[in-house]
Amino acid sequence: MSVASALVQPAERRALGFTLAFLAAWFALYASLTPIADGLVGLLSLERGSHFAESVHFFIFDTPKVLLLLTLIVFLMGVIQTFFSPERTRALLAGKREGVGNAMAASLGIVTPFCSCSAVPLFMGFLMAGVPMGVTFSFLISAPMVNEVALGLLFAMFGWKVAALYVGLGLTVAIFAGWVIGRLRLEHWLEDWVRDMVQADGVDAPEIPEGRSWAARLAAGRHHVRDIVGKVWPYILAGIAIGAGIHGYVPQDFLASIMGRDAWWAVPLAVLIGVPMYSNAAGVIPVVEALLAKGAALGTVLAFMMSVIALSLPEFIILRKVLKLKLIAVFAAVVSSGILLVGYVFNWIL
Amino acid sequence: MKNVKVLGTGCANCRNTLKLIEEVAAARGVAIELEKVEDLPSIMKYRVMSTPGVVIDGQVVHAGGVPDRTKVESWL
Repeated sequence: MSVASALVQPAERRALGFTLAFLAAWFALYASLTPIADGLVGLLSLERGSHFAESVHFFIFDTPKVLLLLTLIVFLMGVIQTFFSPERTRALLAGKREGVGNAMAASLGIVTPFCSCSAVPLFMGFLMAGVPMGVTFSFLISAPMVNEVALGLLFAMFGWKVAALYVGLGLTVAIFAGWVIGRLRLEHWLEDWVRDMVQADGVDAPEIPEGRSWAARLAAGRHHVRDIVGKVWPYILAGIAIGAGIHGYVPQDFLASIMGRDAWWAVPLAVLIGVPMYSNAAGVIPVVEALLAKGAALGTVLAFMMSVIALSLPEFIILRKVLKLKLIAVFAAVVSSGILLVGYVFNWIL
Repeated sequence: MKNVKVLGTGCANCRNTLKLIEEVAAARGVAIELEKVEDLPSIMKYRVMSTPGVVIDGQVVHAGGVPDRTKVESWL
């Protein structure tokens, strides 16, 4: 159904009207952020330049800005995801060769709706449909790492260049790590019952989701905002509050010597600390911003963030049901090496 | 009596789905036999890739995310 003919339906017109109103309100709010923050700080009659005033201004200005940008990006992602589904992605990837398959899987990982508790059924479903194991890993690495919350927050706090760089590097790590795992031919390190099931038979004809109306797609975007933003906003507030504290009180360049570009061991250390940590992007990024502001190198900080989001202890425990310990170790090692490399390259070129 | 199975490894969405089906069944006075399937090999037998999945009398009717209330009502 084309957009024009869709507008004949009253439900479609209402959905579109709602979305336009939402976007108009969004831009109006976004444009008035600076005057509101300045005004509020003025009302509190704080003297600009003092530690406390700087912290308060940072908090008042950053919080609505971040939440607004996040809302917009999560909404767009919610709409985009209606064009994809795990079943459709699987059908696209089945029988794809390594290389092209890894690149496709990593890209589809960004736009396919995916809940972390589905990781294992999804892993099995892909293998059973004949998606190569390395390609499946590319999907499994990129899906959590390059997510809309990370993207939205990076965009809000550092601008589109850093956000785009993050996407590029996340994809690179996912493609590279999946390709390496595929080349190593480690299928014998899948748990036995998994191998039996994969070999037993293929999969039923893949279901392609039925076409949806634009009203349903826009509604999906709204639901997505309610689900995601509704869940992560406390983390963001806490993160920004911590960031604001560091912003006002920790001296400039305090971290340059320990997390700066010249400290060669900073990247491995960041990854080592990041891997076992389990947090969502929302909790980590505001801290990341504060670290950066105080002289930590961007590559080091992004490596830290990637290792926190992409690898975690709870994830290993879930994957243990389908992978033997050796394969989990290889998975963790390959992904960490990729992140390490990215961190160094980043620090080196910037 | 309908046999309803909720497939899922125990995340929040799976519990919410279970609760929603219980609620709707109680509200409409429909007697159902509700089961929770958490064991992975059993889940995979239904070829469900996104959890929670819902199976009614052996037929997969839903996969991925908490179903809408209206959808649940149409099943019962």
